[in-house]
This record gives sequence, C-alpha cells and structure tokens, in this order.
Amino acid sequence: MTTVPVPYRVTAASAETADCVSLEVTPVGQALPGFTPGRFAMVYAFGVGEVPISVSAIGGGHRLVHTVRAIGAVTGALCRLRAGDAVGLRGPYGVGWDLDAAAGSDVLVVAGGIGLAPLRPVVRHVLGHPGHYGRLRVLIGTRAPEDLLYREELAHWRRAAAQVEVTVDRPGPGWRGSVGLVTTLLDRVDTRPDRTTALVCGPEVMIRHTARALLARGLPAHRIQVSLERNMRCGTGHCGHCQLGPLLLCRDGPVVGYHRTRSLLAVREL
Amino acid sequence: MTAWPLLLDTLPQVQRERLFTLAGERDFPAGGTLFDEGGVADRFWLIRSGEVALDVYVPGRRAQVVETLGPRQQLGWSWIFPPYRWHLGARALCPVRTWEFPAAEVRELCTADTELGYELMLRCAALIADRLQATRLRLLDLYAPHGSVPS
Ligand SMILES: Cc1cc2nc3c(=O)[nH]c(=O)nc-3n(C[C@H](O)[C@H](O)[C@H](O)COP(=O)(O)OP(=O)(O)OC[C@H]3O[C@@H](n4cnc5c(N)ncnc54)[C@H](O)[C@@H]3O)c2cc1C
Ligand code: FES
Repeated sequence: MTTVPVPYRVTAASAETADCVSLEVTPVGQALPGFTPGRFAMVYAFGVGEVPISVSAIGGGHRLVHTVRAIGAVTGALCRLRAGDAVGLRGPYGVGWDLDAAAGSDVLVVAGGIGLAPLRPVVRHVLGHPGHYGRLRVLIGTRAPEDLLYREELAHWRRAAAQVEVTVDRPGPGWRGSVGLVTTLLDRVDTRPDRTTALVCGPEVMIRHTARALLARGLPAHRIQVSLERNMRCGTGHCGHCQLGPLLLCRDGPVVGYHRTRSLLAVREL
Repeated sequence: MTAWPLLLDTLPQVQRERLFTLAGERDFPAGGTLFDEGGVADRFWLIRSGEVALDVYVPGRRAQVVETLGPRQQLGWSWIFPPYRWHLGARALCPVRTWEFPAAEVRELCTADTELGYELMLRCAALIADRLQATRLRLLDLYAPHGSVPS
C-alpha cells in the first residue's frame, strides 16, 4: 500500500451507460498488489482531484477495472479519459467482501445502481469456484432499463446458472421485465435463511431497506454484509472524513457486517 | 416453485386449507387482461408463475406500468374494502399461472371464522404496508444522479 499515487495507464475505456464508464487500467511501472472484491483505490484524475472508486474487475497482469459514474468534477474527468491517458492510483484500501464467510452457503447479491460495480468481482469469483458456494442469486435494481450495467455479462451469468433478476423504477415503452423496488425481487427467490449470505451495495437508503427486508425473512444480521460510502480523503484511517460512529469506513469498511452497522445507520447525521 | 405464496407462508395449516377450498387454478395468456382500472374487484390471485404488470391509464399515452408482481406474490387488495373497485389495471406480461380466490366467499369466510379473518387481514395489511413503503422509497428516485436525496 502506498500513500502517493502510482501512475497507471488507461488501456480501455468503455461506456457502460450514458453516465458510466469502465476504465481498464494497468500499471506504468510498479503495480499495486492486494486488490480483492469490495476493496477500493483512491483514483487521481490529474489536475482535478482524487476519489475513492471500488474495483469492478481484477484481471491478470495487474490489470484493474474501475466502473465510474460521472456525478461531479472528479468522476466527470475520469469518465472522459480515453485509452492511453494516465491516472494515479493509491491503495488498495479498506476491507472487502468476506467471501470465506460465504463459503458453503448460498450467495445472495443485491445491488442498486452503480452498487453493482463492487459486486461484479464477487459474482465472477463465485462463478469461478463452482462447488465452493451454494446457489448464486443476483438481484439488481436500477432507475431505467438504459441504466443497467454489464448487460452482456448478465446474460453470461445466467448461462452460468446464476439466477439474475432485474427490476427498474422507470420502465420505457419496450421494457418487458420487472418494475419496482429491488426488495420486491426478494419475494421471488426461495431463500434458505440459515444457509444464505447476503451482500448488499447501493444507495444507503436502499441498503437499509434491503437489510431490514432480509432480517424480516429470517437472515441473521451477521450474514448480511453491506458496503457503505462516506466522503473520503486520506483513505488510510488518518483524517477522520469517513467516520461512521466508531468506524472509519476507509479502514474498517467499506464492507461491514450489518450487525455492526445496523444501529449506526439508524442515527441521523452520523 | 418450492415455497408457499407469501400470504399463506405463515398461515396455520388448517386455515390455509379452509381458504384453499375456495381457490381455483386460473391461467392467463401473455398479454391477457386480469382486470381494468375501475372494474369490480370481485377476486384476487396468488401468482404461481409468470409476471403481471400493474398499470395506470393516462389519456393520450400508453398505459404506464407502475409495478410488476411475480411468483409468490399476491395480486389485488381492492376486494377487501368497499366500494370494491380496482385502482389499477393488470396485464399478464407472459403466460401467468395463478390461484384465483373469489372475493365475496373469502369475505364471508372471514366473517364466519373471525380467527382466520384476523390472521388473513393481518397478512394483507402487512403486504399493503410493504408496498406503501416501497412506493415511498421509489419517490426518492434513489438511483438518480447524486444519490437523489437533495442536500
Ligand atoms: C469506498 C467507496 C467506493 C466507491 N466506489 C465507486 C465506484 O466504484 N464507482 C463510482 O462511480 N463511485 C464510487 N464511489 C463514489 C465516488 O467516490 C463519488 O461519486 C465521488 O467521490 C464523487 O466525486 P466528484 O468529485 O465526482 O463529485 P463531487 O463534486 O464530490 O460531488 C458531486 C455531488 O455528488 C454528491 N456526492 C458525492 N459523493 C457521493 C456519493 N458517494 N454518493 C452520493 N452522492 C455523492 C455530492 O454531495 C455533490 O452533490 C465510491 C465511494 C466510496 C466511499
Ligand atoms: S478517509 Fe481519512 S480516515 Fe477515512
């Protein structure tokens, strides 16, 4: 881990949706080892600024993919990068998804919007280790059909025996799929609460609602892992920007067991 | 399908069986209409497979789908309260298999067997509360740019 940005080169930039781009980056020199699903890098757009971005794929040859949604100055600049451009990376930071805890159990992935990005490596990992995990379910909520990430890959996941369900808030005229909140998809999957590990990422309101719905279906809080976001600056547990009660999310998160965050998420202004 | 529809999931078996004596199997083809907005709400369904779209008629536009319901979910609660009229329309998006329940008979059964009636209404109320909560969250437009919630 380093606290100074290390130069990486964009080797591919592909538009996922109107405002999301997947950037494949490879190290120019020294690589940053140790990325696992759920961990993140501080990604530096030169001359603009630095933001925390999860890894959405971890490839061979120290290749990483970050899927970025343009919502402001830095993410906007990152989304304008093209193959050949340079970025700076620090990291990896934080605690990722605890996939060891999920071994032997069914895996239920619940993603809202860009929250699918940090969960994509989980799905790839689970599909790459058949026999190690039980059934894989991927439930995705998104705003409109055109905002759906990784469309082609979802088809591949389905072919690889994952149950993948998608629901949208705003269907267009051609949409023939589900409409409604992602939690309504929970009704459709036959969950075995004692044998399921749930991994949830999305806007915080969606995370809270999903976690409550999972508890109501009998999943214990310690089998629900959530990935949380707070403003981050240092990424190394020093500045305190990412504090959530006793937790520093850059160090103790972003992935945390719901049994540790349940009461904290209920406190306003934390 | 391996699990009971949610409405019946936790209903004691005796009550479940009593209720089920009133149910009939009913299938709808893709594109079929289950009911139209304003029509008489004289039945409800538990979906066994397939997907049903709930829509609102907007003059001059195509019907707007506001929600879909699928396996294990209950379709329809307007049959519980007077004036027993559907608030939305419902169409099968694909072939749909259901258990269909006649509303008047179910209400009569609930009046005759108040214990069953209470248990059933508790579950219907929970379902309505759940859908209300989901609707409120969707009003936040959670996935809009900037995580929606204005600061
Ligand atoms: C651990 C972690 C992992 C992340 N992973 C990803 C990822 O994989 N892909 C991705 O696109 N983004 C990810 N994010 C979010 C990303 O870091 C922010 O979108 C980014 O910091 C915004 O910076 P900006 O300069 O572009 O916008 P700013 O100018 O900082 O913000 C623009 C507007 O968006 C609001 N805003 C800023 N950050 C957030 C946020 N996190 N949620 C909601 N509203 C926000 C601000 O209040 C402001 O109104 C992650 C965040 C964290 C903490
Ligand atoms: S970002 Fe500085 S302590 Fe977490």
